[in-house]
Amino acid sequence: MKELLIGNAAVARGLYEAGVSVVSSYPGTPSTEITEMAAKYDEIYCEWAPNEKVAMEVAFGASVRGKRSACAMKHVGLNVAADPLFTLSYTGVNGGLVICVADDPGMHSSQNEQDSRHYAQAAKVPMLEPSDSKEALEFTKLAFELSEEYDTPVFIKMCTRVAHSQSIVETSDRVLPEDKPYVKNPAKYIMTPANATKRHPFVEERTKKLTAYAEQADINREEYADSDFGIITVGTCYQYVKEVFGDSVSVLKLGMINPMPVDRIRKFAEKVGKVYIVEELDGIIETHVKNLGIDCTGKELFSNIGELSQLTVATAFGMDMPEFKSVDTDVPGRPPVMCAGCPHRGMYYTLAKNKITVLGDIGCYTLGAAPPLCALDTTLCMGASVSGLHGFNKAGGKDTEGKTVCVIGDSTFMHSGITGLVNIAYNGSNSTVIILDNSITGMTGHQQNPTTGYNIKGDPAAKIDLETLCKAVGINRVRVVDPYNLAECDVALKEELAAEEPSVIISRRPCILLKNVKTKPSLIVSESKCKSCKMCLKLGCPAISMHEGKAHIDPTLCVGCGVCTQLCKFDAINEGGQC
Amino acid sequence: MTKSIMIVGVGGQGSLLASTLLGKLLVTEGYDVKVSEVHGMSQRGGSVVTYVRYGDKVYSPIIDKGAADCIISFEKLEAARWVQYLKEDGVIITNTQQIDPMPVVTGATEYPAQILTELSEKVTVDALDALSLAEEAGSSRAVNIVLMGRLARQLDIPCEKWEEALRQVVKPKFIDINLKAFSLGYNYAE
Ligand SMILES: Cc1ncc(C[n+]2csc(CCOP(=O)(O)OP(=O)(O)O)c2C)c(N)n1
Repeated sequence: MKELLIGNAAVARGLYEAGVSVVSSYPGTPSTEITEMAAKYDEIYCEWAPNEKVAMEVAFGASVRGKRSACAMKHVGLNVAADPLFTLSYTGVNGGLVICVADDPGMHSSQNEQDSRHYAQAAKVPMLEPSDSKEALEFTKLAFELSEEYDTPVFIKMCTRVAHSQSIVETSDRVLPEDKPYVKNPAKYIMTPANATKRHPFVEERTKKLTAYAEQADINREEYADSDFGIITVGTCYQYVKEVFGDSVSVLKLGMINPMPVDRIRKFAEKVGKVYIVEELDGIIETHVKNLGIDCTGKELFSNIGELSQLTVATAFGMDMPEFKSVDTDVPGRPPVMCAGCPHRGMYYTLAKNKITVLGDIGCYTLGAAPPLCALDTTLCMGASVSGLHGFNKAGGKDTEGKTVCVIGDSTFMHSGITGLVNIAYNGSNSTVIILDNSITGMTGHQQNPTTGYNIKGDPAAKIDLETLCKAVGINRVRVVDPYNLAECDVALKEELAAEEPSVIISRRPCILLKNVKTKPSLIVSESKCKSCKMCLKLGCPAISMHEGKAHIDPTLCVGCGVCTQLCKFDAINEGGQC
Repeated sequence: MTKSIMIVGVGGQGSLLASTLLGKLLVTEGYDVKVSEVHGMSQRGGSVVTYVRYGDKVYSPIIDKGAADCIISFEKLEAARWVQYLKEDGVIITNTQQIDPMPVVTGATEYPAQILTELSEKVTVDALDALSLAEEAGSSRAVNIVLMGRLARQLDIPCEKWEEALRQVVKPKFIDINLKAFSLGYNYAE
């Protein structure tokens, strides 16, 4: 059947058709839909793990037991899972194991634009890179065959433009692989030095065999044309090259980016004469080709920053920019904002008002860094707020302890904040940790997590009790506040900062976008009472703006959270009907 | 020839449904189709863009500057933001609605009041108050379908085909509102 699917849905379809049994992942744009879509197939057991390391290890366990398994993550998630990855390369697999990793060149939704292909090379794990949805489905199925044949985990590498672009795929039925029983095999699965020493040569030998495979594999493809140069390319860049040149230029399209062929590249270079490399981010193919002693041009012409497109390819080859019009007026930017009624806002206002230094983390609440709240001081990676605060306070002592906090979301806390909190308790810094518990993984589009009480299918699941958890690791002062109540937030913040021991404030209220959260009617500004003091604008609520000199609340956006009402000294903001 | 259509707007305005509808329609019409959208961060009230490309054989899923045959904008400032992507002879269909971005709300800058006038001087603009038309159809959330109705005028696909595609993407409960919204957009005259 023909279907229009985003690349991630095509990978999920590939998992289904390949007869995968277990998928464990942690969400992260642009990889999230792989697992969300896979969870729609009842035949596949799917779960959200607390983090990527756990997810990869779950997939490992399922593979050892003899079932096909997979995990999916964004590029930075692979940093978290790097520890199991490098040794998983040594153990190899029993049932096929595929690791889906999605890069985000151009950083549409990420904190960096690292190139995951380095990991494939460093860990000596084969990596396939599809260029559209059709290939995403086919390569995923092939990846399982390679995984079992060569006894290795296999990467499927996505990028935003393949992951989130819909194109036409051909679907087929699910085929279950033969059941592989688990047989105890310490030499393969217990990576003590004695055993690992024997597995490392296996890995090197495997790479040689995979290189031989790459020499004849169909997913690497020469498309010869009558041109005086040739292009080696991969993934979405292949599409840009074809968009510009059609069939007029010789192309070597690599479907397998690790390991890369040697003889085929030599032969291609001999045939085409001058070789160009078109790849996004780092010059991985270019380095390989140059190491073969072949002269080529790549990063000299194409930036290693951001995304490429057909236009960057065309202009690099000397073609003209097309004509286009622009307006002379300065068009104000439209950055993303915290939603009207977002429960993070009340706590952020309190922090900003008290001029607190805030070590931040990653989630919707990172948006609190933007004006007018400007409430954050740092954002590094998931979990770094808690551990960073400990370091900040160890370095600053009395100087910083009373006026510094960290903020971390519920999902992020479970991902990697908890270890930082253990460190605060164990190594005793007088730190104040604020958990912004909106009962969901918000930023990536509402995934359940261990604190929500539901699993990926929406069925009831065990629910971590954050208060008990924090107490169990050794924090005595744990309190819960409602971020819609500014006075309560203010008192809690001041008391916990003043306390002579570490503390946790749980700022708890569910995300306003959750289906089961009831919203209230829009609030109304009384024009006669409004003194235009603009206090309410300090919240950075997208529903409040100034219209003809008075505050105005957009009734289509306002959900009646009432935080602005508490700020208005003139009692000008009220529930509808009261003024 | 590959045709390139951009759908731009503010995160949360329903552009994903519009691109799903368009994609479905074009596939049933027998075209090769690519639809590229960015999920994630920008959906939180930020500026969002979706690329739709179709033809006999489509390679790239994205659209560059000077390459769009048509830009459908859910908000007028967004039309101005993306105008550079329009071909010389392209058309912008825009909702006349104004949604203040945060830098305007905080007073850091002003919403350019005359933006539509300036835009119309530079390129072909088909502007309509899609919000009022959507409300007339029965729901302010149908802005996306009003604009799709307007787009239908630019494409060579009979209205019955749009209707069929619409029936596939919206819940039966809302189909009447959406059919009305589509027709109000299609038939709108200044
Ligand atoms: C290692 C890693 N994995 C995944 C992500 C993607 N990501 C960014 S924030 C986030 C979770 C946010 O959830 P939560 O902490 O509950 O905050 P909320 O968005 O709900 O406010 C995720 C999964 C990431 N940036 N880094």
